[in-house]
Amino acid sequence: MPTVSLREALNQAIDEEMARDERVFLMGEEVAEYNGAYKVSQGLLAKWGPRRIIDTPIAEAGFAGIGIGAAMCGLRPIVEFMTWNFSLVAYDQIANHAAKMYSMTGGHFNVPMVFRGPGGAAHGLGATHSQALESIYAHIPGLKVVMPSTCKDAKGLLKTAIRDENPVIFIESEVMYGDKGEIPEGEYTIPFGVGEVKKEGKDVTLVSWSKVLAHIVWKSVEKLEEELGISIEVIDPRTIKPMDYDLIVESVKKTNRLLIVEEGWPFASVGAQLSDEITRRAFDYLDAPVERVNQEDVPLPYAKALEKHSLPNIDKIRTGLKKVLYID
Amino acid sequence: MSTTSAAPKKQHSRLFGLPKETLLDWYDDMLLVRRFEEKCAQLYGMGKIMGFCHLYNGQEAISTGAVKGAITKDDYVITAYRDHGLAISKGVDPKPIMAELLGKVTGTTRGQGGSMHIFDKETNFLGGHAIVGSHIPIAAGAAFASKYKGEKRVCLCFMGDGATNIGAFHEGLNLAALWKLPVVFIIENNRYSMGTSVRRSSAVEELIKKGLGYDLRTEVIDGFNVLEVYTKVKAAVDHARETYEPSLLEIRTYRYRGHSMSDPIHGHYRTKEEVEEQKKYDPISVFAEILKAEKLVDEEWLDEAEKRIKAIVEECVTFAENSPEPPLENLYDVYYKESNGE
Ligand SMILES: Cc1ncc(C[n+]2csc(CCOP(=O)(O)OP(=O)(O)O)c2C)c(N)n1
Ligand SMILES: [Mg+2]
Repeated sequence: MPTVSLREALNQAIDEEMARDERVFLMGEEVAEYNGAYKVSQGLLAKWGPRRIIDTPIAEAGFAGIGIGAAMCGLRPIVEFMTWNFSLVAYDQIANHAAKMYSMTGGHFNVPMVFRGPGGAAHGLGATHSQALESIYAHIPGLKVVMPSTCKDAKGLLKTAIRDENPVIFIESEVMYGDKGEIPEGEYTIPFGVGEVKKEGKDVTLVSWSKVLAHIVWKSVEKLEEELGISIEVIDPRTIKPMDYDLIVESVKKTNRLLIVEEGWPFASVGAQLSDEITRRAFDYLDAPVERVNQEDVPLPYAKALEKHSLPNIDKIRTGLKKVLYID
Repeated sequence: MSTTSAAPKKQHSRLFGLPKETLLDWYDDMLLVRRFEEKCAQLYGMGKIMGFCHLYNGQEAISTGAVKGAITKDDYVITAYRDHGLAISKGVDPKPIMAELLGKVTGTTRGQGGSMHIFDKETNFLGGHAIVGSHIPIAAGAAFASKYKGEKRVCLCFMGDGATNIGAFHEGLNLAALWKLPVVFIIENNRYSMGTSVRRSSAVEELIKKGLGYDLRTEVIDGFNVLEVYTKVKAAVDHARETYEPSLLEIRTYRYRGHSMSDPIHGHYRTKEEVEEQKKYDPISVFAEILKAEKLVDEEWLDEAEKRIKAIVEECVTFAENSPEPPLENLYDVYYKESNGE
């Protein structure tokens, strides 16, 4: 199996889907001549030309709307947000228009398109450039939300997203673009709504996704298993909406305990939703209330120590595990 | 700080009757902004400044001419993320700015904001905003408050050329024109938004034309000449003060560095030659030549200025380096402001 970086995996998915379907095009700030602010679209302009790899002005509401209109009329746009923070400028287009179109038009018009780009915090980017916004998208009926944590999943899921008949919110991570991973040779897709047990364990189920899983959880798991003398089962739902509740319920039936580790703020978060659903579905199997690790409920500060202290980290995961396992 | 109103003893026509000490003060201000930014680049390279850091090199005549020159302390200034220079010219102490960049508790926002979010209530510096264009209606709001309270404060709102393509720009301009709000919108047209030239991003290349749709007073200004920036911005400010009417100014300028510290200085979007050619019209050198030609300074004075400014920048670094990091308890310190029901 070839090893690629996350940005290459995403690039391959876009490239392959463009080859497969003439209706697919990519649009966003600096995606063409600059080869992408984070180089995800490297080489695509040279290969596909300016008709299908399109640089936009800084006009998120405008080009999100152009994507929606084009999708209603037979095209398959991929709209890149330089980061998801800037999507808030286009939130009206996405929430009021893309999400509602199929239902509101009684099935006349659907919006088969992908909104994608990096979300979450990097390092020292401050309050407006560090937001994990998956919950405000998952909240809106009509949208699907995808957040891969590996190169393999990213490629397979992005291809599925491009082929989907509905608007898909595809959230990547700036700090993961250089991450390397193996991907299968040749053509493959990964279905939505199918999570994966990324590591088996027996004492507690830990659900996490995207960068927090890739960069925080994986760096903590082995250490904390040893330190606390426990065995952790790690599940990556891969798609936030639809959510593979069944997989998590099955795991909780075995471990009887659940810890959710996410980057978003705690109030009305994806983890809050998961906690509610699993508590209902697996109530009789739970030996402890579901525990959650989130970013602190404040706009993210710039200063390094405060930033670190605010975001999910190994200490918070340790505390969460101890609580859910009644250790100490 | 010197004022610009004192009548000069000797009239220098190209100096608009400005007193010598004012002009020399401006030179110091431009040089301070330049050297401050150069120091930032160094500290960024050393990993002491994190995240995004957008430098002002090449655009100094704007902050000095418009902010230090054309307005008073009571007037408001608001801008985007390329904010260090404008803050310094507004009179924000550069020491806390440097401390902010290093993420220290003595920083302008106690380490909360970082480079893109310099704020200072004392000097009416309204930031430091990082979502392109979103601060433009906010500027109109500051002007609204001034008018509402019967004040004469004017708000200077700076933005990049790229920001003129976003919806908030158009809503902000229309509202300000419709309600006659004392705001001067200033496009710092440095020809590029990141790697995209104006030609590739705006349907009109002459950006002030965008003001015509809202019947705004408009003017194009040479951003390499601090004196021209001063006089033309001053005229717009005076007009806003007297009539509450907004203006849209386009100042033609150039950025020497990459878009942010993590972006290349040149690449597909502009050549190395273009950057080097542009540096021949360096606003600081242009001003130095004028001052020398008018016999207001000599080489010796200019050398002294370098030393003086270098010492100030060093002081900033020492202050920032020796300051403590914000304590972790600070995380919830500025969570919600306490409301006492008054
Ligand atoms: C709404 C939004 N979209 C995208 C960005 C990313 N971004 C930051 S600065 C910038 C370019 C802005 O260029 P311009 O307005 O010309 O200002 P300059 O940087 O040249 O001063 C872009 C695309 C952003 N901060 N906000
Ligand atoms: Mg610009």
